[in-house]
Amino acid sequence: MAKAQDKKTGAVMVVGGGVAGVQTALDLTELGFYVYLVEKSAAIGGAMAQLDKTFPTNDCAL
Amino acid sequence: MVEAGRSPNIEIVSNADLLSLDGKPGNFTATVRVRPRYIDAEACTACGLCTKYCPRHMVDGYNEGLGITRPIHIDYPQAVPATYYIDPSACLFLQHGTCQICVPVCRSRAIDFSQQPTERKLAVGAVIMAPGFGRVPEAALTRYGYGQHPDVVTSIEFERLLNPSGPFKGEVRCISDQRHPHRIAFIQCVGSRDLGCDNGYCSSVCCMYALKEAMVAKEHDPECEITIYYMDMRTQGKDFDAARKRAEEHSGIRFVRAKVAAVTSWDQGLKLTYATMDGSHGFTGYDMVVLSVGLDAPTDAGKLAAIGGFALNRYDFCRTSTFAPLESSSPGVYVAGAFQGPKDIPESVTQAAAAAGIATGRLKTQRGTGVILKSYPTEKTADAEAPRIGVWICHCGINISGVVDVHKVTDYAGQMENVVYFNDSMYSCSQDAQETIKEKIKEHKLNRVVIAACSPRTHEPLFQETLKDAGLNRSLFEMVNIRDHCSWVHANEPEAATQKSMDLVRMGVAKARLIQPLPEQTVPVNKSALIIGGGVAGMTAALTLADQGFPCTIVERQDLLGGMLRQAHYNLPGDDVPGFLKNLVDKVKKNKLIDVLTNAALLATEGFVGNFASVVQETKGKKMVEHTIDHGVILVATGGRPHRPAKVLGVELPKSDRIVTQQELEAQLAGKAKNRAPGSVVMIQCAGSRGDDLAYCSKICCNEAVKNALKIKEINPASQVIVLYREMRTYGYAEDAYRQAREKGVLFVPYTMDNKPVLAAKGKGVKVSYHDPILREAVELAPELLVLSVGLVPESTDELSKLLKIPVNADKFFLEAHAKLRPVELPVAGIFLAGLAHAPKPLEEIIVQAQAAAAKAAMPLVRGKVEVEPIVSHVDQDTCIGCGICASLCPFQAIQMLKVDNKRKAETIAASCKACGICAAHCPTFAISMGGFTNEQINAQIQAFGAIDKE
Ligand SMILES: Cc1cc2nc3c(=O)[nH]c(=O)nc-3n(C[C@H](O)[C@H](O)[C@H](O)COP(=O)(O)OP(=O)(O)OC[C@H]3O[C@@H](n4cnc5c(N)ncnc54)[C@H](O)[C@@H]3O)c2cc1C
Ligand code: SF4
Repeated sequence: MAKAQDKKTGAVMVVGGGVAGVQTALDLTELGFYVYLVEKSAAIGGAMAQLDKTFPTNDCAL
Repeated sequence: MVEAGRSPNIEIVSNADLLSLDGKPGNFTATVRVRPRYIDAEACTACGLCTKYCPRHMVDGYNEGLGITRPIHIDYPQAVPATYYIDPSACLFLQHGTCQICVPVCRSRAIDFSQQPTERKLAVGAVIMAPGFGRVPEAALTRYGYGQHPDVVTSIEFERLLNPSGPFKGEVRCISDQRHPHRIAFIQCVGSRDLGCDNGYCSSVCCMYALKEAMVAKEHDPECEITIYYMDMRTQGKDFDAARKRAEEHSGIRFVRAKVAAVTSWDQGLKLTYATMDGSHGFTGYDMVVLSVGLDAPTDAGKLAAIGGFALNRYDFCRTSTFAPLESSSPGVYVAGAFQGPKDIPESVTQAAAAAGIATGRLKTQRGTGVILKSYPTEKTADAEAPRIGVWICHCGINISGVVDVHKVTDYAGQMENVVYFNDSMYSCSQDAQETIKEKIKEHKLNRVVIAACSPRTHEPLFQETLKDAGLNRSLFEMVNIRDHCSWVHANEPEAATQKSMDLVRMGVAKARLIQPLPEQTVPVNKSALIIGGGVAGMTAALTLADQGFPCTIVERQDLLGGMLRQAHYNLPGDDVPGFLKNLVDKVKKNKLIDVLTNAALLATEGFVGNFASVVQETKGKKMVEHTIDHGVILVATGGRPHRPAKVLGVELPKSDRIVTQQELEAQLAGKAKNRAPGSVVMIQCAGSRGDDLAYCSKICCNEAVKNALKIKEINPASQVIVLYREMRTYGYAEDAYRQAREKGVLFVPYTMDNKPVLAAKGKGVKVSYHDPILREAVELAPELLVLSVGLVPESTDELSKLLKIPVNADKFFLEAHAKLRPVELPVAGIFLAGLAHAPKPLEEIIVQAQAAAAKAAMPLVRGKVEVEPIVSHVDQDTCIGCGICASLCPFQAIQMLKVDNKRKAETIAASCKACGICAAHCPTFAISMGGFTNEQINAQIQAFGAIDKE
């Protein structure tokens, strides 16, 4: 087990699944990495999931 | 979000806490504890039956406590992961060992009270902290009657009131008696710019969201009167002032510059007492008061910092520096989003890309070693065979079948020609349904699939994936949306909804008979970049790309690298700016992957994403050299320059060497002259900006004024410094410096556009007269120096806009593809944007934006190919008459005109086409067809609509 973890892995951890965390995770995969997206609550989305419409484009938050 | 849920390379570890982080950059081990959901995520179909049966009520946190939910629930229907969970703090079984009603109710047997917390060890090369923001202290709210009166709400609660999934289904009602409020007040800076609750900074987003909420509330109820009480309206972002103007002029929202003293109960409503700038008091009655709460540091910031071994700043946000804005003090641990400092969504999205870019740049030897690449069986060729169509009609739990008679629709579909298999399905998107679909495709040799369910926008990719798994081309799929278009909109007319579902299915099947497999195309990519502009943005982007292992060429017009930053001597936080610049230039020059062409200009660019060819002219002494460069992507970083207006505040500026710009003052203050800090200075903010020469706010001039005012006070404490301003926009942590300047005796005097300062020549100098609202009288001064805080204009955007066919906005800044979702991309595929050419912004934001643009530009280079959606347009060159209408209309420059046998013909550049269909709709000879939406297919659908009896 210890051995397996010693080798370079090609994975990155993102802590927090708000708009910043989710977008970071997506961008990391596009750059060739595996991502663990660790979120404290039961679902990702963060504050943005609670907002109605968001500036500057005033479309739906999700 | 849905995308993140579907990516095979993102594992969402939700309901989880980070416990520890060991190891070193490139090789960390993170320990994470996953709390039990008490529901088997694989089995849960999110049908919602359990919530209906659960007897226990609890306050709904997602709705900010304004609604009621049950311990077993999902926050909102589109949540990712779409799995219910049980809140152990309220569940009767988990608290008292009773109940368990939900267990037998669940048809999928997904409820599992035996689940225990599990610990996981994750091997990762880097960590990105994005825990967002927390709530401001309660005391900041109770000051304004929050908690004492139910109709004093926070702005987050107000968002929920505005939302259709909110407590009153999108109707704004008073919490006290559910009446519609006729008068609403917003109070700004609640828990921000307030040392009383130790939040000295400005939260940067609340002015803008208050405008948004006020305007949306006005849309809901145009009769409602809305007033915003503010100190400064900080709408400094790109095009934000325009929104402010719209709010005032279009929506009729009232703005009152005043400090609110108290909110108290009054009659049936609320009384708001305030003090205006001139010291007078007033009070007004309201039905509802909204507190524009600031963004505080996340509650567990301290815990995360201890685990990650990084430092926090004085406000408990992550500590970073101007020159490395996304790097925490612990190597290998990066930060993005509101935890780096209060910010809005566009900036959070920009930081996300930048953090991903710099983190992976340092791990590039690991790239690709951890990703999962899916493989598919080879596709059967189906075009020659007669259509064998399979149809599934989805219940979507009760979402569709609650209204539409799904069995009737299914039987109806079964009678149609070419339909060889048909069935209904409880949840056609569930994992086991995908398996069934695959089986049936094989068993019945299906070569076309129609699914009548929800929206193709969210679910088409999932079903197409299933087709690919079954060896069918993904274009052999047609989706019919009987949820949004039938059961939702006709919820009260079940029969009509059923009839309409039958019509839509008939049309879908008619189209399916004609659909053809479309080839999956990919275009190889030249793995290098061309960067236009060698300022701080261009150089930062070049280094970020080089870190990823990609070569690039910087094209700089001037003879030196560095751009506008060459004139900067110091900044507000007191960093060594010239030292930083020198270091940056050295690093760029030493980097073997970066080629620099100075005294150079771009002459022409041809090609498309992945395959551009550009001609660059370099001037070497008297010689001109032309280079042709092949590259895969373009990054535009052409920067800007200060704009010195001829007129300020409506008057021609007198000619005098005692009138300087902030930039000139900075050079003087950074010099060695003994009396470099004059004894009396008047600074004029927004000189030539915000409606004068320039329509917009330049975002940095307030900070520049504060910075230079502090410098003068540092050199010559006796100096009298007066800043005449409209609104001080020292957003974020710059608010601290603004406060400090006031404490040091710098006088800040506001002016309005109806009562603006008057400038006139006086001897060799200049005379300023202005109205002082506190003294309530006119003041006349002849300062030693008059300093203009002038705005910034973009450099050569007109020229490049023509050359690269990229759009600019009314202010001549480049227009990004989507302000919120794609802030560093231009609409033309393969062209990216950073720096002042996008909009004025301070150094730290420029560095982040450059890193972000470079990260986005690196994506096609990492992939090594560009994938083309099969639904792109196709020109039949026999029918094409070469009129060129399509090429002129295409918003993405995806059609090129060619000579074929000496005749002009149009051709689609598949890699650039976004399949919008504008070309096909305008072609006078119908020579253009859209993959998956051919004229024959659409005609067949339309004919099927009118052919009820034939089927
Ligand atoms: C009322 C209001 C209205 C707004 N309106 C707009 C708007 O219209 N437009 C706009 O651009 N911006 C708006 N904003 C700002 C916007 O909400 C933020 O810019 C954005 O949410 C920041 O995203 P984030 O991912 O950094 O943080 P968050 O959205 O806060 O997400 C952080 C995530 O991290 C998780 N987390 C926290 N700690 C941990 C931990 N220790 N371990 C694991 N996970 C953790 C949280 O549960 C959360 O899911 C508004 C803000 C408010 C308050
Ligand atoms: S000035 Fe700053 S803190 Fe105050 S409301 Fe506006 S953005 Fe928020």
